[in-house]
Amino acid sequence: MSGPVRPVIGRDNAYFFEGTAKQELRIQSCNACGTLRHPPGPACLSCDAYDRGHVVARGEGTVYSFTVIHAPKLPGKELPLVVALLDLPEGVRMVAEVTGVPPEGEDALQIGERLVVDWNTIDEELTLPIWRRP
Amino acid sequence: MSLSGKAAIVGIGATEFSKESGRSELQLSVEATRDALQDAGLTPADVDGLTTFTMDTSSEIALARELGLGDLRFFSRINYGGGAACATIQQAAMAVATGVADVVVAYRGFNERSGQRFGQVQSWAAQQVNTNGIDNSWTYPLGLSTPAATVAMQARRYMHDYGVTSADFGAVAVADRRHAATNPAAFFYGKPITLEDHQASRMIADPLHLLDCCQESDGAVAIVVTSPERARDLPQPPVTIAAAAQGSAADQYVMTSYYRDEIGIPEMGVVAKDLWRQSGLTPADIDTAVLYDHFTPYVLMQLEELGFCVRGEAKDFVRDGAIELGGRLPINTHGGQLGEAYLHGMNGIAEGIRQVRGTSVNQVAGAAHVLVTAGTGVPTSGLVLSAP
Repeated sequence: MSGPVRPVIGRDNAYFFEGTAKQELRIQSCNACGTLRHPPGPACLSCDAYDRGHVVARGEGTVYSFTVIHAPKLPGKELPLVVALLDLPEGVRMVAEVTGVPPEGEDALQIGERLVVDWNTIDEELTLPIWRRP
Repeated sequence: MSLSGKAAIVGIGATEFSKESGRSELQLSVEATRDALQDAGLTPADVDGLTTFTMDTSSEIALARELGLGDLRFFSRINYGGGAACATIQQAAMAVATGVADVVVAYRGFNERSGQRFGQVQSWAAQQVNTNGIDNSWTYPLGLSTPAATVAMQARRYMHDYGVTSADFGAVAVADRRHAATNPAAFFYGKPITLEDHQASRMIADPLHLLDCCQESDGAVAIVVTSPERARDLPQPPVTIAAAAQGSAADQYVMTSYYRDEIGIPEMGVVAKDLWRQSGLTPADIDTAVLYDHFTPYVLMQLEELGFCVRGEAKDFVRDGAIELGGRLPINTHGGQLGEAYLHGMNGIAEGIRQVRGTSVNQVAGAAHVLVTAGTGVPTSGLVLSAP
């Protein structure tokens, strides 16, 4: 099968991929107390409620860490591939595929840099977030 | 109440370590178990317990059939990849200490180079219909899908926070390969490296170079555990299990515990706390250690979590040959998983046992207390092995 590894989608993470299909970066929220959470889960860690919802993120993040992958080959990806950990202003952290930055040199990605979300349409059934410099 | 001193290791066995064993994973485990029982002066008829990794492809009952075992009274498996290594010994020790079983063999065998290579993308891990599969939905589709890359993400932040350099990681690779160079069982026997070799090796997942990464290997290791009383009547000098602990920390994931305020490996701190509590020892009492080294950055982070130095100072601790033979804490005297072989940590336990017995090819004189750890970045485990 070509293309990237497909996510397993279940009740606890479906909202996220339903969001990406609409080009919305969603963060799980608690319908009882409003606490945000990513990665998500079936219960609120603040108030124990099971009533889960989501908000749409602003689509910005600050680089907390990153790696530039040179090997081995990855399904559906070109190497070298930059993957970062982003701190979102909403207060959650998210793994992010990054495009449009050189793998090394003076213009390479830096911890603390700000990125914005864009969309990587894989096929009719799967859209993934992909991040760029603003 | 403590597990300390309630069980002993009386036998170790292994196959050769290679890149292509040419036989089934089950056969490898059978060979290693027979070897371990012979070392222990026991026979298959003495074994009434078996324990291994959840990831092992050879079930306890399949191994039992091949060995001609009779009644099994204890069988168990531990999850989370290489984090299971020392926990299999803990399982065996708990079974023996409670009288659930008399003789337990912990085993692990695989064709991890000629068969399923863990260093490649394991797409099946992302397709599991369980919580691990859901967890991996946040990483694999985005290309973060190999152990090296998941560790690189931790390593970059660790370098940023504490001023650690790639050369600091290289000290671990140099030490491992120096020790492997004098170990005939090691794949890299006779092949030491320099820090320059490390720095010049190709990039795998920046900041990790090739020589920051362990090997992929075929082989098997088996370890025999019984009571201290029975151990006294057996041929090998018994090795006391002074402590055996597992650890998982808050907001734990498999290789991607990225959502803690400060990422790192606090799960090894959980293990450390219990190892010191059970054994009554401190880091100063440890003569040599086998620190799980699938990737070099986690060796530095382990030194800190285990209490050999404070947070951020492992880069200073490993300088000037301190972790090599003759240094203040020689580590991975068999060559580690970078130098000897990657057997999911089980070969490191065997080396810890040899150090207490006094039979390592790179013996630390008078080693009385040896620390061994299991896989990092995952829920993990550790042991303190001592002379009786």
